[in-house]
Amino acid sequence: MQAYDRLKAARAQDRPTSRAYIEALFHERTELHGDRRFGDDAAIIGGIGELGGRTVTFIGIERGRDLKERIACHFGSPMPEGYRKALRLMKQAEKFKRPVVCFVDTSGAYCGEDAEERGQGLAIAENLMEMMGLATPIITVVIGEGGSGGALGLSVADRLFMLENAVFSVISPEGCASILWKDAKKAPDAAECLHITAYDMKQFGVAEQVIPEEFENFHKMCVKMEAQLVEEINVLCRKNTAQLLEERYQRFRRLGDWNESY
Amino acid sequence: MNRMIGLFKRSENKPEAGGMMPAAEERLKCPVCKSRLRKIDIKHNKMVCPECGYHYRLNARSRLKVICDKDSFQELFTNISTSDPLIFPGYRKKLEELSEKKVAHEGVLCGTGTINGYETALFIMDPSFMMGSMGSVVGEKISRLFEYAIAHHLPVVGFTASGGARMQEGILSLMQMAKVSGSVGKHSQAGGLYITVLTDPTTGGVTASYAMLGDILIAEPGTLIGFAGKRVIEQTTGKKLPEDFQSAEFLLKHGFLDAIVPRTELKETLARLLRQHGAKEVHHAGL
Repeated sequence: MQAYDRLKAARAQDRPTSRAYIEALFHERTELHGDRRFGDDAAIIGGIGELGGRTVTFIGIERGRDLKERIACHFGSPMPEGYRKALRLMKQAEKFKRPVVCFVDTSGAYCGEDAEERGQGLAIAENLMEMMGLATPIITVVIGEGGSGGALGLSVADRLFMLENAVFSVISPEGCASILWKDAKKAPDAAECLHITAYDMKQFGVAEQVIPEEFENFHKMCVKMEAQLVEEINVLCRKNTAQLLEERYQRFRRLGDWNESY
Repeated sequence: MNRMIGLFKRSENKPEAGGMMPAAEERLKCPVCKSRLRKIDIKHNKMVCPECGYHYRLNARSRLKVICDKDSFQELFTNISTSDPLIFPGYRKKLEELSEKKVAHEGVLCGTGTINGYETALFIMDPSFMMGSMGSVVGEKISRLFEYAIAHHLPVVGFTASGGARMQEGILSLMQMAKVSGSVGKHSQAGGLYITVLTDPTTGGVTASYAMLGDILIAEPGTLIGFAGKRVIEQTTGKKLPEDFQSAEFLLKHGFLDAIVPRTELKETLARLLRQHGAKEVHHAGL
């Protein structure tokens, strides 16, 4: 399957959104709202629930299931207050020593005058730094599109899972094609060049697991995903905090490619 | 005095080449006030237009000259160079062209030096190298600098200038944002001071990571600072944006900067802040 076909699958309107996974995976849920600073961004949903007998915090980027919802959550592009809401819930999880599970599905952080006025760049930057030092396990699942900094803002995790057609990219292939070749129609070529698929991410060491998609049997798929999440959370919870944080730091520290002469 | 001008006539604002002093009569036309002044006079004014205060962009070497004490800078991590991990079309050729032109070694210059005698680690991004875009080398060098600063109990002064992540390195460039932010966090945890000086332009992934994570955020007048590009926002929202949108002045007004400091006062300001945070004063031959 070509990278661009996977991207199209990841963007498909009928694809399950974060809310579907949250409802299928976590029991005894309480949804929590607001960043306590400015507002409540509908593009970020979060709360507390139970997974495999353990209380966890869940956070997801929500695209919306129908047009009305999509407009309310601006098509899954979080505002600065969304990232701050996510950070507030993560800090809360740290205080009460419960793991965090994030779901990523966005074409990118919200791009607009109001987002810039409220410090979109700072909001993402703070999440990157704070997540790196958060003293509790974090697992992120990319369920659809992993669009640039907006996706990274919830992806500084101990483990990254990706659905088989999910993608992660520094720039949209359309944006890349129009900058490099002045032609957005060459997006399929750009998608290949950028290496955005889940399998690419596994090869780069950006992702640990690729999860098969079985949307026709969503319940079954979520039962398997639950088992994978529980297994990894158990592994992570056995580590002491210093080891957990050092391994998380090193997980990102080694990423990149350069020549080095001695 | 109009300091908002960094936002206009972007094409005329090319980073000024370092090195030789210009010939006595060579003149530069200011893109803002249109004065035709002798380049040597502008250069003596730290590449700030003496008439209107317009700040020309500086490459990393020129920046070093206006900030660091003479002969105090010791460059670090010169053994790291760019690879082409994705074998991205045109990337290798672009790198070779840049290498022939000898514009800069890469998008960032790292090292240690003194500012009016106060010792600090420094990184200076170079807008003349692929618009200061952040790839693996930029990320790796800055991460190493913060780790070096932790080991040597040094503050970090960082000059940002970047068009954002370098798309030719794909996801690896995006991951540099997380990596460097992690290193900044470790330095901060260890009690280290990090002063960011945002210079024109600071955008995209650099704004959304280490540019915004300083303990103290300073910008030069008229600096463009933003996450999403102005044109992209106008295209997406169909709304005309105010002229000062994403300028340093705009960010100061909205509470996202500590101060705007003209280049002519920057060295004094940095030295004062370093002293007030306990930076070590050293004397060396160059002072």
